[in-house]
Amino acid sequence: MRVELIKRPQQSVLFSVISPFLALGLTVVFGALLFIALGKPPLTALRLYFVEPLTELWSVHELAVKAGPLILIAVGLSVCYRSNNWNIGAEGQFIFGAIAGSSVPILLPGFQNFATMPLMLLLGMAGGAAYAAIPAFLKARFNANEILTSLMLVYVAELFLDWLVRGIWRDPAGMAFPGSVRFPTAATLPELAPTQGNAHFGFLLALIAAVAVWFFLARTLKGFEVRVIGLSPRAGRFAGFSTPRMVFFSFMLAGALAGLAGISEVSGAIGQLREVISPGYGFTAIIVAFLGRLNPLAIIGAGLLLALTYLGGEAAQISLGISDKVVRVFQGTLLFFVLACDSLIYYRIRVSFGNAAQAA
Amino acid sequence: MNRIIAIVVGLVVIAGGVYWWWSQSQRTAQAPQAEPPKTEAQQTAPVEQAAAKTKACFIYVGPIGDFGWSYQHNQGRLAIEKEFGDKVETAYLESVPEGPDAERAMERFAREGCNIVFATSFGYMDQTNAVAGKFPDVKFEHATGFKREHANVSTYNSKFHEGRYVQGQIAAKMSKAGLAGYIASFPIPEVVMGINAFVLGAQSINPDFKLKVVWANTWFDPGKEADAAKALIDQGADIITQHTDSTAAMQVASERGVLAFGQASDMIKFGPNTQLTSIIDDWGPYYIERVRAVMDGTWQQQDVWAGMKEGHVVMAAYSNMPDDVKALAAETEGKIKSGAFNPFTGPVMKQDGTEWLKDGEVAGDGVLLGLNFYVQGVDDRLPQ
Amino acid sequence: MLENILITIATAATPLLIAAIGELVVERSGVLNLGVEGMMIIGAVIAFAVALTTGSPWLGVLCGIGAGILFSLPFAFLTLSIATNQVATGLSLTLLGIGLSGMIGESFVGRPGVKLPLIEVPLLSDLPFVGRLLFAQDPIFYLSIGLVAAVLWFLFRTRAGLTLRAIGDSHGSAHALGVPVIRTRYLAVMFGGACAGLAGAHLTLVYTSQWIENMSAGRGWIALALVVFASWRPLRVLAGAYLFGTVSIGQLHAQAFGLGIPAQLLSSLPYLATVVVLVVISGNRRLTMVNTPASLGRAFVPDR
Repeated sequence: MRVELIKRPQQSVLFSVISPFLALGLTVVFGALLFIALGKPPLTALRLYFVEPLTELWSVHELAVKAGPLILIAVGLSVCYRSNNWNIGAEGQFIFGAIAGSSVPILLPGFQNFATMPLMLLLGMAGGAAYAAIPAFLKARFNANEILTSLMLVYVAELFLDWLVRGIWRDPAGMAFPGSVRFPTAATLPELAPTQGNAHFGFLLALIAAVAVWFFLARTLKGFEVRVIGLSPRAGRFAGFSTPRMVFFSFMLAGALAGLAGISEVSGAIGQLREVISPGYGFTAIIVAFLGRLNPLAIIGAGLLLALTYLGGEAAQISLGISDKVVRVFQGTLLFFVLACDSLIYYRIRVSFGNAAQAA
Repeated sequence: MNRIIAIVVGLVVIAGGVYWWWSQSQRTAQAPQAEPPKTEAQQTAPVEQAAAKTKACFIYVGPIGDFGWSYQHNQGRLAIEKEFGDKVETAYLESVPEGPDAERAMERFAREGCNIVFATSFGYMDQTNAVAGKFPDVKFEHATGFKREHANVSTYNSKFHEGRYVQGQIAAKMSKAGLAGYIASFPIPEVVMGINAFVLGAQSINPDFKLKVVWANTWFDPGKEADAAKALIDQGADIITQHTDSTAAMQVASERGVLAFGQASDMIKFGPNTQLTSIIDDWGPYYIERVRAVMDGTWQQQDVWAGMKEGHVVMAAYSNMPDDVKALAAETEGKIKSGAFNPFTGPVMKQDGTEWLKDGEVAGDGVLLGLNFYVQGVDDRLPQ
Repeated sequence: MLENILITIATAATPLLIAAIGELVVERSGVLNLGVEGMMIIGAVIAFAVALTTGSPWLGVLCGIGAGILFSLPFAFLTLSIATNQVATGLSLTLLGIGLSGMIGESFVGRPGVKLPLIEVPLLSDLPFVGRLLFAQDPIFYLSIGLVAAVLWFLFRTRAGLTLRAIGDSHGSAHALGVPVIRTRYLAVMFGGACAGLAGAHLTLVYTSQWIENMSAGRGWIALALVVFASWRPLRVLAGAYLFGTVSIGQLHAQAFGLGIPAQLLSSLPYLATVVVLVVISGNRRLTMVNTPASLGRAFVPDR
C-alpha cells in the first residue's frame, strides 16, 4: 500500500475551513473509543467534556479566565511560527513578564493610582520581550537552535521566580511561606462582570490582541514581511527583508504578548506573585496556535476550545472518575488530527494498492 | 464558490455563538436563586439533613497514587466513607494546581452541593477564602494554612515535628557516623520545624550529632530524590530521612543498605530491611469528626494544630532496630502523647550561636509556625 | 566516595546518552523528531508495567523498546507520508506521550518495581577504581556504550550509513539517484523510537524502580540539545551526556556539601550549561555547516 501526496495547484479553501472541524470530529470519535476502553459511558463523558462547561454562566466565565492567557500567548506564537522562528519558550517569557510587571506593587507599594495598572502591563510586556530577546539574539548572532535555547530558558525562568518569591520578594507577613505580598486593588486587573463570574480584563486584552495581530498579519507591510520570510527567506532577501531583524521582531512580539499574559494572570486571576503561576500555559498555547492554524482570529476559537477541555476534564473527574490525564491525551490527539487534516489543504492524498515497483 | 461557503459557515457559527451567549445571560439571571437555597435548606433544617446525604469534597494538590501526602488525605476520605456509609457521599479532584484552577475547582464543588470542602494544600489558602466568601453555607477546611477570613473557614495542621523528634533519637542511637542526611523539599516553616526537631531529638542522645540537608525544591520527584539520597550517602550520612513524598529515597537507601525513615505513609514495602519507622499522617479521625459536626449542625470555625496526643501523627511500626531503641522511641512517644514533653523545650541554641530557648522554656506555637532559622548542629545554610 | 559519585553520574547520563544517540540517527537522516520526551516516557511506563506484572525486568526492557517503536510510527506516518510540519507533530507526540503514559501508569504509581540486575564481569570488576564503574553495571549501561560504537560504525563505515547521511544532506539528490528516502527515514525514526523507549526503560528499571507521572522530567529535551551539542557526531554525544550528568549530580553534591549557594542557582546550572554549550558549538559556523544535515526538518514529497 502506498500513500501518495499530490500537491494541489492552489490551497483548498474548503479544507482550510473544515479541516479543524474534521480534526475535532476525529478527536471526538477517538475520545469515544477511549472512554469505551476505560469502561466509561462515552456519550455522557463527551457531553461532560464539551457541553457541560458551557451550560452555566459562571463556568463560561471560567472558560474566559483559562482561555485568556492561552489566546494571548498563541497569538504571539503565530507570528513567530509564521516567520519560521520556533519559539518554544513562551512559558519562560510569561514568567518574566509577570515578574517585571509585579515589580510595581512589590517594590513601590505606595504607588496606587489609575496609572498603576497600565504601568504594570507595560512592564510586563517589556519584561517578556526582553527575555525573548535572548534566544533571538543567540539565533541571530550565533545560529543557536532557538527551540532548545528558548526551552532551556524556561527552566531558568521558573527557578529564578522560585528564588525571588522565597527570598527577596517574599511577603514578610507571610509566615515564611513563599509568595509576594497580595496586590492592592489598584494593582489588580478588574473583573469584567463581577456578579456573574471571575472573568477579568485579561480576556478582553486577549481578544484585542488577536484582532490587532490578525490585522497586522493580513493587512500591513510588516505582516506581509513576516509571511514572506516564513515561506521563503530567499525571496524575502530579494525584497529587502532582513531575516535576522525578523528573528528579533517576532520573538520580541511573542515575548511581549506572553509577558502581558503573565502579568494579567498574576494581577487578575492570582492576586500575588507566587512560585507557580502557570499550569503550563506557554506549552498549551503552542497547541492553540497550531489548532488555530496560525491565524489569530481562529486562535480565539482554538483557545476557547482548549479551555473547554480543561474544564470538561474536571467535570468528568468529579462525575465519572475519569482521570485528568485524559485531558492531555485529548489535547495531543486533537493536535495530531489537526496536523494530519491540515495537509489535506496542500495535498491530495491518493492511496494506491498496486505494485510497489516505483520506489518512494 | 468554496470561499462563499466558508464565509457563510463562519457567519452562522458566530451568529449562533452570540445568540447562545445572550440566552445564557437571560437564563442565569434566574438561576442564582435556584442554587443557594438547596444548600441553605440543608443547613437550617438538620432533620431534613439526616435524610439527605452529606457531601464531603476534597481537592488534592498531587495524585492520590503518590503514596505520600495526597495518598494519605485520600485515605482520610475513604475513612469517612467507611464510617458513615450511606449517609455520606464523597467526591475529589486530584492534581489541582494552586491558583485559579483551585478556585474554580472549589467553586464547582460548592455549586454541586458539597457541604464541606477539604483543601489539602497550603497554596490553596487565598482561593479557599475567596470561594468561602461566596458560599457562606458551605464549610471549608484548609490544611496547613493560617487565614480564616470568613466564619465558614477552618484551618487544621498536624504536629509532624513530634514524630521527627522521635526519629532523631532513633537516628542518634542507630548511626555509627553520627551524621544523617535530610532530603528537604522547600524552606517553609513546617519543613524547618521538622529539621530542627530531628536534630534536637538526635542531640538529646548524641550532642555531637550532625545533619546534612539537600533541598530538592520539589515535593515529589523520584529521580531527584534518589539522586539526593545517593549524594547524601556518598558524603557520609548513614541515616536518611526525607520531607519529600516519593519512595525513591527509601529504595536507594534499601539498595545501599542504609537505614532510613519513611514519610507521610508507611514505606516498609520499599525498604523492608532498612526502614526504621515512618511518620504517618492519619487524617481519618479529624475528617470523621468534622463531617459528623456538619451532619449534626455543630460545625464551628476552629484552628486545629494537633499531634500525637490527638492521633493525628502516628508512627509506623518500629523495625530494623534493637529492642532497647524501640523501647526508647516508644517511651518518648508516650511522653509526647501525654503532653508531658514538648520537643521544643530549652535549652536550645540557634545555629548562629545565640540562645533561643532557655532551660525549661517551651517554644510558642506562633514562633514555630513561622520558623525560619536552624538550631545548632545543622550543616547547611537555610535558603532565605 | 569519588567512585560512587562517578557511578551515580553514569546512571544519570545513560538515559540521556541512549535517547540522544537514537535522535542523532534520526536527525542525520534529515528528520527532526521533537517527540523524544513522549517516546521516552511511554517506554518508561510500558517497561515498568510489564516488568511488574510479569516479574521479568528483561521482558520489561524489550516491551519498552517495542513501545518506543510503536509510538514513533504515528509521527513517522504523519511527517513522512503526509508531510506535516515536523516541529508541531513532534510536539504533539510529546504531549500525547505524557498524557497516555500518565493514564496507563495510574494504577502503578507508588508500587515498588523490579530492578534490572547488575552484570558483573568476573575479574575486571574487582579492579580498584574503575572496576565497579566500568564492569559491574546494569545491562543498559553496557548497551549504551555498545550503541555508540554501533552507530559510529554504521554511519561512517557502512554503505547504508552513507546512504542515510546522504539523504539527510540532500533528499532531493538522493531521490534522484534512486535511494529509498521515505523508507530509510521510516527506519531511522523507528530506531530513534527504540532508543527513546530503551532510555525510558532505564529510568524505571534502573534509575529508580518505580513509576510516577512525568517521570522523564524533561530528559528528552536535554537529549535533543545533546545532539546539537555533539554536532551530530556519536562520540561527542557520549561526552555531552556525561558532561550533563556531571553537572546534574554535581549540583546536588554541592548542596549537600553546604556550599551555601542558592539551591535554585545550582539547579539551573544544567540548563544554563546547555545554553552556553549550544551557543559555543553553533557559533562556529564552519563546524555547524559541515555537520548539520542540510535537509533537517524539511518535508520531503517525491514528485512522480
